[in-house]
Amino acid sequence: MGNTKKKEAGFLSKIVRQQLFIPIAALLILAVFNLIADPSFFKITMGASSTGDPVLSGYLITILDYGSELAILAIGMTLVTAASGGQDISVGAAIAIAGSVILRVLCGTNSRPEELQTSVFVAFIAACLVAMLFGAFNGILVAHFKIQPMVATLILYTAGRSIAAWINNNELPIISEPTFGYYGGFIPGIPIPTPFFIAVICVVITALVLKFTNLGLYTQAVGINEKSSRLNGLNPVFIKFLSFVILGLCVAVVGLIKVSRFSTINYSVIAKDIEMDAILAVALGGNALSGGKFNMAASILGAYVIQFLTTTLYKFDVQSDALPAYKAVVVIILVVLSAPSVRAKLSQVGKKLHAKEVA
Amino acid sequence: MMKKIKNMSDTNMLLTITIVVFFVMYFAAIAFLGEGFLKPQTFLSILNANAALIITSCGMSIVMITGGIDISVGGVVALVSMCSAVYLDQKGGNVGGAILISLAIGLAFGIIQGYLVAYLDIQPFIVSLAGMFFARGMTTIVNNKPFNVANEAFVKLKDTRVIVPGLGSYNRLGKYIDAYVEIGVVVALLIVVLLFILLRWGKLGRHFYAVGGNQQSALMLGINVRRTKFLSHVLCSLLAGIGGFVYFLHVGSGSPSHAMGMEMNAIASSIIGGTMLTGGVGNIIGTLFGVLSLSTIQNIVSSAGFDEAWWTGITIAAMLCLFLVIQSVVMARKKKALAK
Repeated sequence: MGNTKKKEAGFLSKIVRQQLFIPIAALLILAVFNLIADPSFFKITMGASSTGDPVLSGYLITILDYGSELAILAIGMTLVTAASGGQDISVGAAIAIAGSVILRVLCGTNSRPEELQTSVFVAFIAACLVAMLFGAFNGILVAHFKIQPMVATLILYTAGRSIAAWINNNELPIISEPTFGYYGGFIPGIPIPTPFFIAVICVVITALVLKFTNLGLYTQAVGINEKSSRLNGLNPVFIKFLSFVILGLCVAVVGLIKVSRFSTINYSVIAKDIEMDAILAVALGGNALSGGKFNMAASILGAYVIQFLTTTLYKFDVQSDALPAYKAVVVIILVVLSAPSVRAKLSQVGKKLHAKEVA
Repeated sequence: MMKKIKNMSDTNMLLTITIVVFFVMYFAAIAFLGEGFLKPQTFLSILNANAALIITSCGMSIVMITGGIDISVGGVVALVSMCSAVYLDQKGGNVGGAILISLAIGLAFGIIQGYLVAYLDIQPFIVSLAGMFFARGMTTIVNNKPFNVANEAFVKLKDTRVIVPGLGSYNRLGKYIDAYVEIGVVVALLIVVLLFILLRWGKLGRHFYAVGGNQQSALMLGINVRRTKFLSHVLCSLLAGIGGFVYFLHVGSGSPSHAMGMEMNAIASSIIGGTMLTGGVGNIIGTLFGVLSLSTIQNIVSSAGFDEAWWTGITIAAMLCLFLVIQSVVMARKKKALAK
């Protein structure tokens, strides 16, 4: 009898120790909460898009749609977190810049173009280059000048939206071309939102890169111990720099989705507070915010869970401006639970309970 | 001369750089932008507009000297001014109560954040990032529309001018106009003096430097590192609360968009003022000059014709970047020189 109990406890603790446990548990809690509060949350209906094509709609589809943006960002943010032990808080501002560049290239000098100046692909490449350039700027400050990542990215966080407005002379270009809206909306005939497919592509590429190159290994090595990884022949400065450039690439992809959603841009509102969500996704994925080992799948799942939380809050009529207050509480709970001293205490309590049970 | 510079402590060297930069900039403003900057009132106006920033920057400096950071100050300032505004305007409260509310909010933020940072070993940046979002969210929950406060006693206090003797000037009609500062400036300067004394000669102040310089050796010296860190965060948030009330006194309204980006300005002022991000180095007088330099360059930028709103953000970011790099380079060179 006692033996089976011990085995069960061992099995349970094994599950709990899995990194994917945290986001899955959070997801289950949220799902159960919604199921009790209002089961209509899970209803998916067939609606019609603005062009009249049949598309799926419902809260779950919204989560899939907006969570995909966050998942793409979480990929880059996980790498930055793992390599530098800090987070990039300028992603929201950088998305504004990338979106602004896309519109600028597509529209040229005319802010209400009848037809696009170049193809969307060219504009996207330009945005990638610019976003990677800003990523490189952050990377140099962090890797070369050894400034704390969050302070270094604070520079772009302040200036980013101003730069985005400056790129378009503070005008708000509007693109009337319907095909431009495909990236953030629906492709005619496919009822699932496009951002999900873009996220899948990004995830597959990331998985391949992590599988066939040493990027993951090197990043973790630098994050765990910079000095010893240097002694082992790695170049920590370059690895850190690279992680910020990769994040820049992710930012450009999200920028494309964001501007495509509305076919225009609002410099002060676009991707507002998204840095908080991206950091939360990484933390919820059970990755240490102080760097080192990471689990990409957990981060990506974490991103969708965060969006689940956001959508749930929206459903209960929480104002969008008040959202950060609730999320901040979640962050605090998460970091407190993952703090080393709290963990030690919790495991002590667990051991005591276990000892009592055995006795 | 070179030898003297080399022997200077880090704090004094960075302070000297700051003061020199400020005077160069102010003289440049006089030279290029004309007589306006020669009037004492122009300088006093800079003080009037930035009294709240001076107070919050002082708090930021203390946290940074201790080796942490607090980016929630802007949010706390917005929350404090909104709560005070709601209390005075809609709840019919008095000014004394509003001041108490401000202090209480600041203290509450300080105690919670300080506890998380000092006793649970969570990165200060994450804690205060959550604090910033919490404060901003709470501000909208308290009231989501900007509004002016019409409370009589408050308006009287807001319009009180402290006249500075001997600095007035004559206007075009030859009429003498007194130079004045607002009450907030008096509070700010008082706080600067008090903190300067605390950091220079106070036991707690020296502990801040010791912990920021090297935690391990501070611990060996018998300093209670956790308590010192805790107190630095409490002090910072408390000052943010005071700064919030001074800000409220200056603008006289509550709004969710108040003090946007103030945490950035405070960090920038501290860094320009010679406080090192790595801790252990810094000076309150430097911070005062950091705020003045920052607002002088903002004035220069806007009166030089770049008056679109985005230039302000870009200028501050550029200045911060420049000073961060200067610090990084100066310290690296000094380390090399010492190693020789």
